[in-house]
Amino acid sequence: MADLNNMKIAEARDALRKGDVTSLELTESCLSAIEGAGALNAFVHNTPDLAREQAKAADTRIKAGDAPDMCGIPLGIKDLFCTKGVPSQAASNILKGFKPEYESKITSQLFDAGSVMLGKLNMDEFAMGSSNETSAYGNAVNPWRRGNDETALTPGGSSGGSASAVAADLCLAATGTDTGGSIRQPAAFTGITGIKPTYGRCSRWGVVAFASSLDQAGPMTKDVRDAAIMLEAMCGHDPMDSTSADLAVPNFEAMLTGDIKGKTIGIPREYHMDGIPEEIESLWAEGRKMLQDAGAKIVDISLPHTKYALPAYYVIAPAEASSNLARYDGVRYGHRATLDAGDGITEMYEKTRAEGFGHEVQRRVMIGTYVLSAGFYDAYYNRARKVRTLIKKDFEDVFAQGVDAILTPATPTSAFGLGEMKDADPVQMYLNDVFTVTVNLAGLPGIAIPAGLDKKGLPLGLQLIGRPWEEGDLLNTAYALEQAAGFVAKPAKWW
Amino acid sequence: MLDLTFDTPTPKTIAGAKYDWELVIGMEVHAQVASKAKLFSGASTKFGAEPNSNVAFVDAAMPGMLPVINEFCVEQAVRTGLGLKAEIHLKSAFDRKNYFYPDLPQGYQISQLYHPIVGEGEVIVDMEPGIARRVRIERIHIEQDAGKSIHDMDPNMSFVDLNRTGVALMEIVSCPDIRGPEEAAAYIAKIRQILRYLGTCDGNMQNGNLRADVNVSICRAGQYEKYMETQDFSHLGTRCEIKNMNSMRFIQQAIDVEARRQIAIVEAGGEVHQETRLYDPDKGETRSMRSKEEAHDYRYFPCPDLLPLEIEQEWVDDIAKTLPELPDEKKARFVGDYGLSEYDASVLTAEVISADFFEKVASTAGDGKLAANWVINELFGRLKKEDHSIEDSPVSPAQLAGIIKLIKSDTISGKIAKDLFEIVYTEGGDPDAIVEARGMKQVTDTGAIEAAVDEIIAANPAQVEKAKANPKLAGWFVGQVMKATGGKANPKAVNQIVAQKLKD
Repeated sequence: MADLNNMKIAEARDALRKGDVTSLELTESCLSAIEGAGALNAFVHNTPDLAREQAKAADTRIKAGDAPDMCGIPLGIKDLFCTKGVPSQAASNILKGFKPEYESKITSQLFDAGSVMLGKLNMDEFAMGSSNETSAYGNAVNPWRRGNDETALTPGGSSGGSASAVAADLCLAATGTDTGGSIRQPAAFTGITGIKPTYGRCSRWGVVAFASSLDQAGPMTKDVRDAAIMLEAMCGHDPMDSTSADLAVPNFEAMLTGDIKGKTIGIPREYHMDGIPEEIESLWAEGRKMLQDAGAKIVDISLPHTKYALPAYYVIAPAEASSNLARYDGVRYGHRATLDAGDGITEMYEKTRAEGFGHEVQRRVMIGTYVLSAGFYDAYYNRARKVRTLIKKDFEDVFAQGVDAILTPATPTSAFGLGEMKDADPVQMYLNDVFTVTVNLAGLPGIAIPAGLDKKGLPLGLQLIGRPWEEGDLLNTAYALEQAAGFVAKPAKWW
Repeated sequence: MLDLTFDTPTPKTIAGAKYDWELVIGMEVHAQVASKAKLFSGASTKFGAEPNSNVAFVDAAMPGMLPVINEFCVEQAVRTGLGLKAEIHLKSAFDRKNYFYPDLPQGYQISQLYHPIVGEGEVIVDMEPGIARRVRIERIHIEQDAGKSIHDMDPNMSFVDLNRTGVALMEIVSCPDIRGPEEAAAYIAKIRQILRYLGTCDGNMQNGNLRADVNVSICRAGQYEKYMETQDFSHLGTRCEIKNMNSMRFIQQAIDVEARRQIAIVEAGGEVHQETRLYDPDKGETRSMRSKEEAHDYRYFPCPDLLPLEIEQEWVDDIAKTLPELPDEKKARFVGDYGLSEYDASVLTAEVISADFFEKVASTAGDGKLAANWVINELFGRLKKEDHSIEDSPVSPAQLAGIIKLIKSDTISGKIAKDLFEIVYTEGGDPDAIVEARGMKQVTDTGAIEAAVDEIIAANPAQVEKAKANPKLAGWFVGQVMKATGGKANPKAVNQIVAQKLKD
């Protein structure tokens, strides 16, 4: 059977149950797709032996009946997840050669459900970046191109490898993580679906930390149904993560009725920003129309503190990162610099961290260190925390007014060319997160789905933001929008 | 319950070249929480294990590992707070204290800067009977201990042992209410005693399970009182912090040396700079570790891996119900119920185990004062001679009570009782049976004593004449009678009969 790798999770699940296909066949198909996609640089560590072994076990389990939905599904795993015995280096040189002795909670859950790991996926170093260009493996490449223009485009970041791999059908789905938009922005850039669940839904145990109060894992899939299926397998209370919520996980797929009659969708006026391309604005308007046609009530809402979100985010996230990344010191694991005679512990730290961390990571560690230092703490970190509280309250207020979900663009642009932002002010790059960071600051669930193509033929995404813990409802609204948008375009294979 | 009243001790003064100076001392005591597992990991806290054998992934700060609070350590901190009569905060929170050191794998220590679990409390520091200092506790917070760096195993390399990394500590912070080196040592001793009573810290200073940072400043007479009135620190001198002291003796020496250093500076017209110092016991001096300018900027911020710690009043109340009788109450009760001197009560209540021993002896023997005398003078004295502790006492409370009962019933004399004690101590056995078997009973039969007296009087006519002239010499006859009866004659009876016969 050809092109099994093009399958979606739901399709594959049904085919596996019917016996039309085996997990091993699916896996082999993905492995050869990966082999042929070196130009995308999406997979950075392949685990074919493990994949085949897991696939065989999954096939046995499926035959025996009663296998979970995710059983036998070949996945790509973002390099930020620690995977036992498999290189896990958060796309950083400082973790070169690091093979964890433990399995992250999320990958454990997926593997327990019978999923197959094809390998580890490229990303921005320590998930810091919006273009995948900060990766120590070199950037992943977007399978989409601007028509016949051969310019290599970014798959977005930080989960760029995941997005590229799913969009190019190298795997059926992938894990991602999202601290400020790292699932939703790359999903939008590559025409796939990505959901960041409510903070506390997915365990952070075994996921390399970037900014602990913002980091959440989520699935990156080919459509909303797949997102519902995979998210359910990733969610759940973990006593090893003190910020994990002890809440029951509903059957998200069963909630996909497509019926959103009577739902109230908010359109935040503050998200009409200067300099946003007309195409994005009109896509947003179309989305609004689609939801209205599906029976939802559309209301204009205000999220007054939106403009402070990005600055607050770029204080809080680096502050936490500067502390979270202190453990990479060359003492116990990962890279340690070669020292000169007479060098002491200070030189070891300095050289190790200078060699091991890339520039963007260094920049954020410096920013974080600065905003936490004596004399600046109140002006930056504490103020940012207050802003965060206000942003959270903005959302609480509109939800209290009866809004069920909020519709916004996912990104301010479509995928840009790799290297195009090289000389830009780093703040320009940070603007990629302008529509997504508020969601992380408020701890809410947010989903990006593809809704159209721009003039250059690149996918554009819309974002829906939901009430806390109501991922099921959010997925259903996204499902209705997906059906109305009818986005089916795929990148033309050039790799 | 009886509260013992006390007077405040006189602050220690040190004479400088120009003035007399008073000392002002505050302490931060780091007490290792008695718990089998670490504060945020399940790893063991056992002392003396192979290096790096008690280390969980989170202790080694492996990527993606997360801390999970050990509830028992929280319970121990609450118990400690209750024992120090302190306010328990139902909501507290953890912060990260960031600094780089190889024995701190995370690059930060999880501590409680902004919202500690325990607030203000107090400790009564006994100096001598009737004299004590009331020291206010400012706060107690829980935090992780660091590991151990070993620099002397190799000429080129340093080694790190992470066994202690992540072990729970309580930092007990006092107000600057301690007024001299002796008070400082007594303060530590009292904290140690209370923690041991509570079972929240084993108090082993040698292993570093109890150690202190000591803040020392000097001031002129009258300044401290102004501070106490206003709580305004500007009335006090600039303080220096002497780090990481784990010996009572060195704490006292260090305070004295540091105060004298500060006095010399101030009297020479200089200024004391706030800094962290280390005490060098070999040279008998304190040395600057780092000045305020070089001080670490710890960049404290709330630990995003942990939710605020919320506990219920009901849970605190349940812990309060399990609190043992504490040293002050026990001492007061010993004074009140057994009629002991405050000194004896202090000695007996120093450790729970000796207090319990005493109470068993006292209740069985039915005499508190005698029990206290025997426990303190005979038993403790004998144990000390052989460097034994009360735990390994070869004499049980029942045996000691048996000896005391024999004294009380006039069955044996006090002198014979000491012989009996020695037999029980070295050979063991039931005191009653020993007395019976070895014929140690006191002779109270006046006829037998009279006969013995008569015999001695008859044999020593010259002495009789002398004694008649000088009644003080009667003692000689008593001694002779005791000798003749092998010490078993009841001394009271012998005295009476000798006096009677000499008169005749």
